[in-house]
Amino acid sequence: MGNDLPKLEELSQIDLTMPEAGWMDTPVILRKGMYCHAARAKDIEFLNMPNPRDWRVEDDDWKLPENWQDIILDGLRERLQKFRSLRIFMDTCVRCGACADKCHFFIGSGDPKNMPVLRAELLRSVYRHNFTRAGKIMGKMVGARDLTEKVLKEWWYYFFQCTECRRCSLFCPYGIDTAEITIIARELLNLLGLNIDWIASPVAKCHHIGNHIGMEPQAMKESIDFLCDDIEDITGVRIEPSFNRKGAEILFVTSSGDYYSEPGIFTCMGYLMLFHQLGLDYTWSTYAAEGGNFGYFTSHEVAKLLNAKIYAEAKRLGVKYILGGECGHMWRVLNQYMDTMNGPPDFLETPVSPVTGTRFDNAASTKAVHICEFTADLIKKDKLRFDPKRNDHINVTYHDSCNVARGMGMFEEPRHIINNACNNFHEMPEETIREQTFCCGSGAGLHAGEDMELRMRGGFARANAVRHVREKHGVNMLACICAIDRAAFPTLMEYWAPEVGVTGVHELLGNALIMDGEKERTQDIRGEDLPYLEPEEKGDKH
Amino acid sequence: MIGIAYALIAVIILILVPWVGVQGLGLTYLFGVIIPYAAMAIFFFGFLQRLVKWSRIPNPFKIPTTGGQQKSLNWIRQSKLDNPSSTSQVIGRVLSEVFLFRSLFRNLSPRVGTGGSGVTYASAKWLWVFAILFHYAMFTTLFRHLRFFTNPVPFPVRFVEGIDGWLEVGIPQVMVSGLVLLCAISLLLARRLVIPRLRYISLMNDFFPLFLLIAIATTGVLMRYIVGIDVPSVKQLIMGLVSFRPVMIDGIGQLFYIHIFLVSTLLAYFPFSKMMHSLGIFFSPTRALANNNRAVHHENPWNYPVKFHTYGAFEAEFRDKMTEAGIPLDDTLATSTGKE
Ligand code: SF4
Ligand code: SF4
Repeated sequence: MGNDLPKLEELSQIDLTMPEAGWMDTPVILRKGMYCHAARAKDIEFLNMPNPRDWRVEDDDWKLPENWQDIILDGLRERLQKFRSLRIFMDTCVRCGACADKCHFFIGSGDPKNMPVLRAELLRSVYRHNFTRAGKIMGKMVGARDLTEKVLKEWWYYFFQCTECRRCSLFCPYGIDTAEITIIARELLNLLGLNIDWIASPVAKCHHIGNHIGMEPQAMKESIDFLCDDIEDITGVRIEPSFNRKGAEILFVTSSGDYYSEPGIFTCMGYLMLFHQLGLDYTWSTYAAEGGNFGYFTSHEVAKLLNAKIYAEAKRLGVKYILGGECGHMWRVLNQYMDTMNGPPDFLETPVSPVTGTRFDNAASTKAVHICEFTADLIKKDKLRFDPKRNDHINVTYHDSCNVARGMGMFEEPRHIINNACNNFHEMPEETIREQTFCCGSGAGLHAGEDMELRMRGGFARANAVRHVREKHGVNMLACICAIDRAAFPTLMEYWAPEVGVTGVHELLGNALIMDGEKERTQDIRGEDLPYLEPEEKGDKH
Repeated sequence: MIGIAYALIAVIILILVPWVGVQGLGLTYLFGVIIPYAAMAIFFFGFLQRLVKWSRIPNPFKIPTTGGQQKSLNWIRQSKLDNPSSTSQVIGRVLSEVFLFRSLFRNLSPRVGTGGSGVTYASAKWLWVFAILFHYAMFTTLFRHLRFFTNPVPFPVRFVEGIDGWLEVGIPQVMVSGLVLLCAISLLLARRLVIPRLRYISLMNDFFPLFLLIAIATTGVLMRYIVGIDVPSVKQLIMGLVSFRPVMIDGIGQLFYIHIFLVSTLLAYFPFSKMMHSLGIFFSPTRALANNNRAVHHENPWNYPVKFHTYGAFEAEFRDKMTEAGIPLDDTLATSTGKE
């Protein structure tokens, strides 16, 4: 964690009172710890995006192109014609305040401009000034203001303080989605090269190497082979997954976090074990090696650019359909965008589970099935055998990742898996789960190191609920189906709710899954001794 | 906060204008005929223009906000209203928003514990209650007003009037809706004034319609219960307007002209104001679209091809490393590039 990160006591002082001065009269102060580093020229150039240059957030001069105002306003005008969402959201807000206290960033920071309604007003005020008659004539009186450099910096600061989680949208009587406004505002900022490094760099790597972390094909294979070695140690079963194999039935795509770092790799081991046990005819790809899509945090175009590889690879390999791993925003894109952006993929077939014969009609067009749907079906049809005792040292709660919750609505499938693989499962308070779930505070490309205070503040609402079940039920594990969650939660838990670990749902499944030919397991997937065996072992020694 | 002062002043001026105009200058025709007609026209065309403008802008992507279980496996119960997968379900969702304010009903608000003990959430349905009261009272009041526009007064209007007057007190009978309307607007206004967070986000555009409605409702109540007006004459005037054969009738009270001028202002202001949320809800992409993108293809009318990094380019860069790691190369690619 960053050394500058304020102490827990300080961040625990939740203060949601409003300041005296009106928000338009409060110029933005870019506070260290609350923002990410600027994107680098080379990454922006790499994608042929406009206005690449090296700049620093701390500098007064952001080296904006001379006609930057025109660029933004033209960009806004164009998008007002292209996105009904934007126009409607600009025109219909009544400032009822229903969304105001729904944002985890507002709850954790108390900064009024983190109220979704004000975040949206940051853009709406400029829209009024330039695109409505009343705003042109009456100006500030009706909430309109000119686009100045200060305003632009304010945009940058606050649109990179939104994780596009859509919690605000759920509560808005008109469904105004500040996430959508953020997405488009970021798109505008990108016209000026004002991205953040934590997004631009993974995007560049994903574009040309194939995944966000820039892991080359041989390293990716090595990494997965390494996980197979671990699986062999623990279960005695040797797994030989295939890569870029033509003619496989299924292309499996997941976020690179799953084969790159802890605790994601344990989830990945769960996938590998499951697929092996089923004898699934599937392949990994080192080209379409990334399910996550940081392009989606950049612009619709870049989202499409990165996403296009998945269908292209599915076509090249001649698979029948796509199976997608546990990742949040990956599934927002796969569920709501992929088919429109790069489909329909007529060369694929409506997914059918080769084990149960279940046809996934809900994916009839996009031909992409979520692994939790796939696995829940297997369990329901009794195709898997479990020994949930092996998860008895785990007292788990489940975090609904925002994208999967409010951009898809997958709530029961993962719970079905957890309930079958674990004996100890406790839900967090109702207002913080399912469709009302709180973001991890690090989504939408914000899980960098330099904005740690922002992340801890943003994750407070989620962690607060975890703390509650930790105290009430002794919960010691937070399960999720999102790679960013798995990357972000360990730090968040360490800060707010120590002693709570982080896991993917398929890690829990892997622990409990009884595989053919496995030896008696004494360790869980993490290589830790299974505590429930210990008394017996001691008994043996006597 | 300056916004509230501007809004108040604006409404006061709007009250004074017809007062001076009719009382002082005797411009009854202007205020009784021309302005109402103009306001109607602005309302009608403004509304239509907005409708056309909005419907012309495409929905490039289907982005419903899902508030419940998706339709997936057949043994998992889909939440049809909160996560619709078909048009009829979408209609159900939108109607539940329009008639029941479903999303507002979810409202909760965080309660900050003492001494860093964290946050809990409590249901906060006041806004929902106020909003429901306001909109339904508004609707009933408007509906009752049809008695001025119809001859004979149709049964439903008389029926609603009958229900509305259930208190059966006063002469003329007290209409509950009018009083509820005034109360609800006052509550909505009080909310904006009292809750610091709302005061902070409120603009003149938020106060103005509230003051305007208060003025309209108050003049209405005054006319009905206190000052009294010549109802048959008013009806004659309005019927004249409706049938496009305007007649001027003398002796209609001053208050009526103020009332009708304020209503005209509201009508003319409506299409350019936040009140267009009444139409917006039907267009909102997060509510009025089905979450069935994976099942049914949705076309983006301005979709365009992008130049993504192809497999060929990828393999060209990593061919040796892939070979060494035992990752299969694409043989069709190898022959096409003439490589063995
Ligand atoms: S809930 Fe919707 S209408 Fe109300 S203030 Fe927020 S965005 Fe505006
Ligand atoms: S999308 Fe999430 S992070 Fe963004 S404003 Fe809404 S609630 Fe806050």
